[in-house]
Amino acid sequence: MILSVRQVVKKYSDHLALDHIDLEIPRAKIFGLLGPNGAGKTSLIRIINQITAPDSGQIIFDGEPLSAKHVDQIGYLPEERGLYKKMKVGDQLLYLAQLKGMSKSEAISKLKDWFIRLDIKDWWNKPVDDLSKGMQQKTQFIATVVHEPKLLILDEPFSGFDPINANMLKDEILAIKERGTTILFSTHRMETVEELCDDIALINHSRVVLAGEKVEVQNRYKQNTFKIRYIGNLPIELKGMEILSVNDQSATLKLAVGISSNQAISQIISHVDLLEFQEIIPSFNDIFIQVVNETNAYE
Amino acid sequence: MHMNKILLIIQREYITRVLKKSFWISSLLAPVLITAIYAIPIWLAMKDKEVKRVEILDLSGLWKQSDLEDKEVEFVFTAGKEQELKMSFASKGYDAFVSIPVDVLTNPKGVHIYSAKNIGMSLKESVEKIIQNKVRHELLLKAGISPQIYESTQVDIDSKTITVSTDGQETRSSSGGAMILAGIMGIVLYVTLLLYGSQVMNGVIEEKSSRIIEVIISSVKPYQLLLGKIIGVGLVGLTQFLLWIVLTIGLTQITSKFYGEKVKNNITQIKKIDSGKQSTLSSKSEEESPMSEVTKVLESTNIPMIIAAFLFYFFVGYMLYSSLFAAIGSAVESATEAQQFTFIVMIPIILSFLMAQYTMQDPDSTIAFWASMIPFTSPINMMVRLPYGVPAWELILSMTLLVLGFLGCSWLSARIYRVGILMYGKKVTWKELGKWLFYKG
Repeated sequence: MILSVRQVVKKYSDHLALDHIDLEIPRAKIFGLLGPNGAGKTSLIRIINQITAPDSGQIIFDGEPLSAKHVDQIGYLPEERGLYKKMKVGDQLLYLAQLKGMSKSEAISKLKDWFIRLDIKDWWNKPVDDLSKGMQQKTQFIATVVHEPKLLILDEPFSGFDPINANMLKDEILAIKERGTTILFSTHRMETVEELCDDIALINHSRVVLAGEKVEVQNRYKQNTFKIRYIGNLPIELKGMEILSVNDQSATLKLAVGISSNQAISQIISHVDLLEFQEIIPSFNDIFIQVVNETNAYE
Repeated sequence: MHMNKILLIIQREYITRVLKKSFWISSLLAPVLITAIYAIPIWLAMKDKEVKRVEILDLSGLWKQSDLEDKEVEFVFTAGKEQELKMSFASKGYDAFVSIPVDVLTNPKGVHIYSAKNIGMSLKESVEKIIQNKVRHELLLKAGISPQIYESTQVDIDSKTITVSTDGQETRSSSGGAMILAGIMGIVLYVTLLLYGSQVMNGVIEEKSSRIIEVIISSVKPYQLLLGKIIGVGLVGLTQFLLWIVLTIGLTQITSKFYGEKVKNNITQIKKIDSGKQSTLSSKSEEESPMSEVTKVLESTNIPMIIAAFLFYFFVGYMLYSSLFAAIGSAVESATEAQQFTFIVMIPIILSFLMAQYTMQDPDSTIAFWASMIPFTSPINMMVRLPYGVPAWELILSMTLLVLGFLGCSWLSARIYRVGILMYGKKVTWKELGKWLFYKG
């Protein structure tokens, strides 16, 4: 584990932002931190970044209790992000890299690599004021990763990116993961979660309400439903199955407990010519809404 | 490690400001203005040295050529009719024509000065002085008073104020010069405390409103950022002072060199004339000009001590005020929003400036004493008192209190700052600011 969050509590004067949060973030994985607005994601991220301190609880970073020296091993791209408008791109990145503990020469050579990589070679002397929004986002991304952190925290990284830059960012995130960096993603965009994350945790009302490996979580929320496509006439009833819907040579079925997919298939093919039999994996969008609604009802 | 990061912040704050055009404009403009204030009167004085020619019609017959010695005006007696002469003097190449009536002693208002263009002040004064001196001389003789006795009654009281320290050491001080020096230092402190304090505030607002703040404080602690910014901007202020001092001295030296020879000639010329006329008036004014008064005070006071104290009071006073300005900047999202809070920080600065006027009048009064002790008012008021002489214990006490005041203010400010910089979209009230003081971590 690169990061363990143990029983972390954070209270603000008027509300409880984090209520005994436990999280285990494995190394070299992409971890999705999900939750509706105001659930406590930003509070947790600020604690991991040591911007604020928890009221109680413990955070273990790379085997040691989190302390000031770990600041340089974390990269943070906040949701609301900006740059010094009057400063030149190169000077600005150099400053931010040095604040993360890099030496000047090291920072210059690493930054040059990134400038070549993201195809922005001639930006070094441009003032940030002259950059488009997309260009500023590239600059901010470089500032977050240039010091090669062990843990990269990205808060809604894709917000405001155009599709081309978003794709570039996605590729870079995956490449960074390949190099062994752990990425903590805070988002409520479920398509990103499905595409990129290995593990997830869902926070609602200051608590972790769901956590685990992405595939395992999805399995947990499987309804044992299948989608079929066929030629022929499907009977109105099938043994051990509930037909949820039928729609022009396709149908959705829910298998009864104890019925295997093989048993179901052998039943179906005795009636129709089966073209496709596919398990319906719940989308994270559905899981998210379901879990949030359940916990809200429970509250 | 931490020190390194603060140094980086100081460096950025310093370099971005020093590279600005506005910094150089203000650094250059002030010395040029000061030099101009110093040089223009000299230049004007030189310019007036061009001798004016005046035609004089003396119907009273009281004036002799020897009465009409003047370094700036050449008088030429003439005869004829006033009506004609006043039409013709200009064509004869005179700058003015003066007619003195027969009954000038009883009717001094009957003197007329005619000129083609508007007559200059100095020419008018020269003419009037000459006429006045003679008229007075004649009137005194008429009344049976010897003009020599009259001269001797023209006593000019210019008491020398002498400061006596407890060990009996005497220093000649001149309160006029001390006042000028004190006033200059008071104004400079007043302006710079406001100027650099609000620069810090604007820097904080810039970081907050551009949203770079969260990235920065994920790398350094808020207090490091705050400290780095305050020190960086303060060093910009010190650099500006240094430039002002060096450039002003340099420019005035050049100006003095340039005018030097001419001025020397002038003074000897004046002295020659004065000794001839037994008048001490003009030589006095030459020696006791305000600038020479300041020089005299500078000679009698400990300049390194004054400079050191000035830099100390500027820097610590600036740190105290700028930490408060920074706290305000952190609580708001725009400069306009800051206005409702800045007055509370500006009040003590303005108040100290107002108190300084009083301190200057009476530097040893109780009010002056307390004004120079209380940390908020002490930077300006102690610097105003200093040229008049202040006991060492008072200076040390005042400095100690200022440092303590700075520590207290910066502690309060840092607590507001660390909460404020992350607070968006909230209408901040005084009550809210008070609450932030007690927030944990």
